[in-house]
Amino acid sequence: MIVNEQVAVDHGLKKDEYAKICELLKRTPNITELGIFSAMWNEHCSYKSSKLHLKKLPTKGKKVIQGPGENAGVIDIEDNDAIVFKIESHNHPSFIEPYQGAATGVGGIMRDVFTMGARPIANLNSIHFGSPQHKKTKNLLRGVVHGIGGYGNCMGVPTIAGQTSFDSSYNGNILVNAMTLGLVKKNKIFYSKAAGLNKPVIYVGSKTGRDGIHGASMASASFDEKIEEKKPTVQVGDPFTEKLLLEACLELMAGDSIIAIQDMGAAGLTSSSIEMASKGDLGIEINLNKVPCRETKMTPYEIMLSESQERMLIVLENGKEEQAKKIFDKWNLDFAVIGKTTKSKKIELYFDEEKVVDIPVNTLVENSPMYDRKWKKAKLPKKNKIKKEDIKHLKIIDVLKKILANPNICSKEWIWQQYDHTVMGDTIQKPGGDAGVVRVHGTDKAIAASVDSSAVYCWAHPLTGGKQVVCESFRNLISVGSKPIAITNCLNFGSPENEENMGEFVECVQGIGEASDYLKFPVVSGNVSFYNQTKEEGIKPTPAIGGVGLIKDYKKMITMEFKEVDNLVLVIGKTEGHIDQSLFARTILDEKNGPPPEVNLFNEKNNGETLLKLIDNNLIKSAHDVSLGGIITAVAKMCIKGEKGINIKKPKYLINEIEYFFAEDQSRYIIEINKKDFKKVADILNKNAVHYDELGTITENELYINDKTKVTIDELSTSNKSWLNNYMGK
Amino acid sequence: MKSSVITFPGSNCDRDMDVALKKFGFKNKMVWHADTELPKSDLVVLPGGFSYGDYLRCGSMASKSKIMKSVINFANSGGMVMGICNGFQILVETGLVPGVLLRNKYLEFICKNVFVKINDKQNKYFKNVSSEVLEFHIAHNEGNYFCTDNQLKEIEDNNQIAIKYCDENGKIEDEFNPNGSIKNIAGIFNREKNVLGMMPHPERMIDKCLSGDDGSLFFKNLINNLK
Amino acid sequence: MKISVIITLKKDVLDPQGKVIHQTLDGMGFDDVNEVRQGKYFEIDTKETDNDKAKTKVEEMCKKLLANLVIENYKIIDPK
Repeated sequence: MIVNEQVAVDHGLKKDEYAKICELLKRTPNITELGIFSAMWNEHCSYKSSKLHLKKLPTKGKKVIQGPGENAGVIDIEDNDAIVFKIESHNHPSFIEPYQGAATGVGGIMRDVFTMGARPIANLNSIHFGSPQHKKTKNLLRGVVHGIGGYGNCMGVPTIAGQTSFDSSYNGNILVNAMTLGLVKKNKIFYSKAAGLNKPVIYVGSKTGRDGIHGASMASASFDEKIEEKKPTVQVGDPFTEKLLLEACLELMAGDSIIAIQDMGAAGLTSSSIEMASKGDLGIEINLNKVPCRETKMTPYEIMLSESQERMLIVLENGKEEQAKKIFDKWNLDFAVIGKTTKSKKIELYFDEEKVVDIPVNTLVENSPMYDRKWKKAKLPKKNKIKKEDIKHLKIIDVLKKILANPNICSKEWIWQQYDHTVMGDTIQKPGGDAGVVRVHGTDKAIAASVDSSAVYCWAHPLTGGKQVVCESFRNLISVGSKPIAITNCLNFGSPENEENMGEFVECVQGIGEASDYLKFPVVSGNVSFYNQTKEEGIKPTPAIGGVGLIKDYKKMITMEFKEVDNLVLVIGKTEGHIDQSLFARTILDEKNGPPPEVNLFNEKNNGETLLKLIDNNLIKSAHDVSLGGIITAVAKMCIKGEKGINIKKPKYLINEIEYFFAEDQSRYIIEINKKDFKKVADILNKNAVHYDELGTITENELYINDKTKVTIDELSTSNKSWLNNYMGK
Repeated sequence: MKSSVITFPGSNCDRDMDVALKKFGFKNKMVWHADTELPKSDLVVLPGGFSYGDYLRCGSMASKSKIMKSVINFANSGGMVMGICNGFQILVETGLVPGVLLRNKYLEFICKNVFVKINDKQNKYFKNVSSEVLEFHIAHNEGNYFCTDNQLKEIEDNNQIAIKYCDENGKIEDEFNPNGSIKNIAGIFNREKNVLGMMPHPERMIDKCLSGDDGSLFFKNLINNLK
Repeated sequence: MKISVIITLKKDVLDPQGKVIHQTLDGMGFDDVNEVRQGKYFEIDTKETDNDKAKTKVEEMCKKLLANLVIENYKIIDPK
């Protein structure tokens, strides 16, 4: 095939990018080379629109062993233990084929983690669908949930937490973000940097087929009418082979034969080989005839761009090939020496004894395009004044029931019951709480993890929204008694070529950066997914934050269900009555405008750290952060989970009841304490200048407000649990 | 007491079972599926997981693996063999216990706590268990036990039903049946009751901070019965 | 009228199940197998009596539900 500008454009390259390639090579690339450039230079691999802004994120900290730039981030959890974790998107494939798209998303992120030598110990996910009324939503939801379960369950890794939301902006572009945490010894972490000359380059895992050719390019193209044509690029996941690959890799890693290892994810053999060479400042030579192929007559172009799953590339020490091969034979996996490292600093590929690719590595990596895209700053919307007559007729209990049954609040048990969340025998907090918690096997330590996003807040004001998501993650980790350590982010946005969407990206990233810097909660890994849109319509900006925290003594873990009758319930943090952008405003008042709640980083940090002190002093019986739906929703959930009631006395505030109960002000928690501990708790809160309200006392099985309004917890529980079951027809 | 846990390609509860057995005093060995000989054992466990990816039929390919010949011989000579979840599916495929395990009624994977009622205590697995009802944990996609009417009659006549799904008070009703199993069957024995297959995972219930502690009851009792 | 449909994975799509079945057969001594591909078989009993119309309808069922054309092909077996 003759390469020209049109062929380059068909590969998703811009005309000036093609000109730059010709200039760098000082010739016209052949079709395989063009394929390689298009894969490396697309948004997904090159981060060309986001790099400039991502650089501003805080990525360092005392506990950070490895920040962004590797397969995943690594943090120190003491005693020579480390946690490897990352979140990644698989949005476009999941929309086209929900089961396989979601499954391979989960498979991909687990590979990123065990590539670094870590055994995966927990999976999480953040999934976003269109309006429940949209005709595609139900099948997409079912397919994605089955896909996530199908892969994670088979791998034997518990899925311990997640988040599901519905919003019409995802009607034509759902989001599937998968996160994995792995456990590794600090002195046995593996990296992707190749080193040494003439070292064998090894291919292991599944065979290469024509799967997903140009999947990475697809992830960088928005959906249009021609979507049908893009279908054959979806990969099929094989969790069984991945399980074998995991065990085989960990077995090989126990020895000392690996110099570098990299999984073949997006852009397959192309990006894995080039990344290893680039990081090691070396060249790589590969004989493509040696690559194990599933199909006959595969061309160099297809071999290099295939996105077949469950494959790894390894640079081995000389002389260790036989020993390594034995391990992969034992696990019935392909093993082939396909090339070697060279000093040429070029990627040189041979096929049928002919040199088919000859590209300097730096042209693909360092010289890849970087754009300073135009972006528009968002204005902070004006506050709405709630009209007294709009809320006068509302009955709190009716509103509460409606909110508990809202698709974005309701119990997601139908989803997480389909995920094995107890395999590995260390899950001490299951899905449905503020964060999932697993013990560090064989120790007293435990790791808490949660994944959060607040697309509505980010849409209303990206800068505030970006800060808020990080704070929410921080709060969720504190609520279970863990000390927040670091985050990973999955940045799902519309087109970077659209100034407004780009502005949302820039300002969300800025917000994330400010909050994570202030809270000493650095970003150690992540992924950007642009072009989440159908035609011209982008999704609401949806940065998903995966947070990880450490509990030193797992017996001190906190859960959210109310524990004991007569215990006191307090609200930590001040309630100003911010209703704009709350679930109450959007669903009950149908008011979609206004600013999101303000984020005060000082309060966030101070309130959270003070709560950790209380937990450390064994003063907290249960805790839950206040988020969507405000105080009353948070309390109702604690009642439902604990099968207990509460007698609430609204504190004598200037704001009215509705505002007090449904406002979504930040930095707040609900806590349960023993009456006899009240003075101690109040002292610590006062000493740390943390505002608190006494909210009420735990009772048997009814929720009372000011002794008059009441509802049984069973009734609230039914509201909360039925929506999703009914929707899925169970 | 010596135990052996078989690891098949795709097993993923083998480590959990190893941890549980050791916790309650077994000297446990892990045995690879491609081995041909079983170490000397008082108990052989086929663990949960997705052997061979659950492809074709759950347990079908594992039942053909090399080590299974020895396991079958061991069982036929009276040795104690316990299959949990995927292990139960493998036992069914070997024919060591009767019946088949179909997909769950709602066609969905289920991971949750359930209660089971012990149906028969005249065997080494459940003899002397202090409680009639145990809280166990299930995590499976194909646990819907099915057999022919003739088989069912035989199983019932021989008291081969080990445990049945029930509520916390031991009431056996349809509404407490999580997967559509015939007669709420959660586990069955072979005729001689030295082979037990069950869907629930006692090894996930060995600590209060996990899903519960009734698995501890089961294992403590089991090792005492074997002494 | 009964119409049968066979759904198979497209030629270039990975068939993890077929692959593992092949490996197992190999291990059992059936070592002359080149490849195994697994598919699905449906029997559809329809009220439609016209052969062509029935086939057209089943074809629509295949496209809309039975097969996922992203990864699968379908073949309708002529009722005659």
